[in-house]
Amino acid sequence: MESEKTKEESKPFEDPEKKPDARQRSVEPQPAYRGEPAASAMVAERLSAYYGAFKALADINISIQQNKITALIGPSGCGKSTFVRCLNRMHEVTPGGRIEGKLLLYGEDVCGRDVDPVQVRRKVGMVFQKPNPFPTMSIYDNVIAGLKLGGRRKSSELSEVVERTLRQAALWDEVKDKLKESGMALSGGQQQRLCIARTLAVEPEVVLMDEPASALDPVSTQKIEDAMEELKERYTVVIVTHNMQQAARISDYTGFFYIENMGDPGRLWEFDETSKIFSSPNRKETEDYVTGRFG
Amino acid sequence: MSQLATTSARYRRRKLLDKAMTVMAYLCTLAAIVPLVLVLVYVAIKGLGAWSPQFFTGLPQLFGNGGGIYNAIIGTVIIVGLASLMGIPFGIMAGIYLAEYGNNHLGSLIRFTTDVMTGIPSIVVGIFAYGLLVVSMGGFNAFAGAFSLAILMVPIITRTTEEMIRLVPGSIREAALALGAPRWKTIVYVVVPTALGGIMTGILLSIARVAGETAPLILTILGSNFLNTRIFQGPVAALPLQIYDFSRSPYAGVIEAAWGASLVLVLMVLILSLAARLILARRGST
Ligand SMILES: Nc1ncnc2c1ncn2[C@@H]1O[C@H](COP(=O)(O)OP(=O)(O)OP(=O)(O)O)[C@@H](O)[C@H]1O
Ligand SMILES: [Mg+2]
Repeated sequence: MESEKTKEESKPFEDPEKKPDARQRSVEPQPAYRGEPAASAMVAERLSAYYGAFKALADINISIQQNKITALIGPSGCGKSTFVRCLNRMHEVTPGGRIEGKLLLYGEDVCGRDVDPVQVRRKVGMVFQKPNPFPTMSIYDNVIAGLKLGGRRKSSELSEVVERTLRQAALWDEVKDKLKESGMALSGGQQQRLCIARTLAVEPEVVLMDEPASALDPVSTQKIEDAMEELKERYTVVIVTHNMQQAARISDYTGFFYIENMGDPGRLWEFDETSKIFSSPNRKETEDYVTGRFG
Repeated sequence: MSQLATTSARYRRRKLLDKAMTVMAYLCTLAAIVPLVLVLVYVAIKGLGAWSPQFFTGLPQLFGNGGGIYNAIIGTVIIVGLASLMGIPFGIMAGIYLAEYGNNHLGSLIRFTTDVMTGIPSIVVGIFAYGLLVVSMGGFNAFAGAFSLAILMVPIITRTTEEMIRLVPGSIREAALALGAPRWKTIVYVVVPTALGGIMTGILLSIARVAGETAPLILTILGSNFLNTRIFQGPVAALPLQIYDFSRSPYAGVIEAAWGASLVLVLMVLILSLAARLILARRGST
């Protein structure tokens, strides 16, 4: 089963139209992995990231487990956002953005010279810190924007996709009667859940979230956390957060990013199961950080 | 005690200065608006007398009440429409290029060129079109006129399009890219629609600007007392040229027709400008 899986996953950059079972696969939950040691969805090996001459991240080695929630924590400026932006090659959109090292998605190189970043981003979706719905589009069009922009448009399926993803993002009940209204007419928390639904509609393998709840009230935050609990049934989730309780509550694995001396690049200081990080971390800085003694 | 007194003296002086400056600002605003209002009112008073159904449906005459401006209205619509067909796509695409890909030497060069083009006297553009299109096509024609107006439109549209596209927040762009949209689709389906209100405003303002141009038209379409809807052949009438013609007449009735035609032209430009304002205001509020 394991080998079958990897074989199926080994060509993640093919055109989805040519590979109809790619979408079905992610539709069904994957019971085979329950209780077993999970497989890696993404692996970074000695990954370093630069902004021009400035080295923001150095030698990151991490293995992100499939169908798990991985939380990334750490003091401000230590490169968490930079790291998640590397994972779907959004880092190179920044002027001067450059990556060294190796990054694998289900065993295949993400940064290879002939890998199309557009294909990577369809497999590795992203939710940003600030909600950013498309201002000219209705709620409905926002959700399916990724499908239309990506060139997939079987319009018969679209309304199903809209309902399913809005339910997954715990937004359906609030917007089902005003799908034709502008996405900008929603509250900040609703906009963020709309952005989550929009990301899910593309059916990515991995969902990256960079502080998705940092601008939201506790109720909206709760809704997003609830949504994530369901998301991991079908997706691999990586979430950056400054909220320790949130990381402890929702994640299975936690990575702690840290800069030892001013001016150094950020490093992945410790990475382990969340329970371990929050109860008995191996390194003193991690413990200080998660217990709120600095940072 | 004395401390307080000096402060309050200073305060009084500051307040006085504030008043004086406010009054100055009002006066300057007034000085800017008064000529505009005067022109509008004067043209309206003088021009309304010439308006009649025949004025809008007839052809011009050299005597009497000057006849009508039907051919001039049609001519202006054809020429401005044709100029828009040529200038708008060109200007928008150049603006998109400058905003999205223009951070290089070629971009700076194009930007510099458009800025220079904005400053070129329109008569020079007319001479250029004359040499290029009138001489080679064997006579005055509507296409040459539209071409010269398009040249005047392009820099305006290019620069407003560039500015408006630059105003689109980077977060919107990133959202589209992160969904796996190729760059060009991000631009066409997300960035440009978001900036569309501003782009439309630039387009309407550029049309308003060229609708009243006279100098390049003298050299390209010449003007005519007859209706000519052919694009590549023969002199064509246009409102600014007709106004010029009418106003040189010795007959009072014909002079009045010049005012009537002026009023039509002013209203056309005014409506376009107002529409541009409206679109921008509506877009800005959403
Ligand atoms: N566009 C950029 N150009 C140059 N340097 C940048 C850029 N973005 C981030 N950096 C630098 O890279 C380093 C890491 O930044 P990053 O945004 O990844 O930190 P972070 O861990 O996400 O911080 P926060 O918790 O505040 O969001 C910082 O030193 C920052 O100054
Ligand atoms: Mg960040």
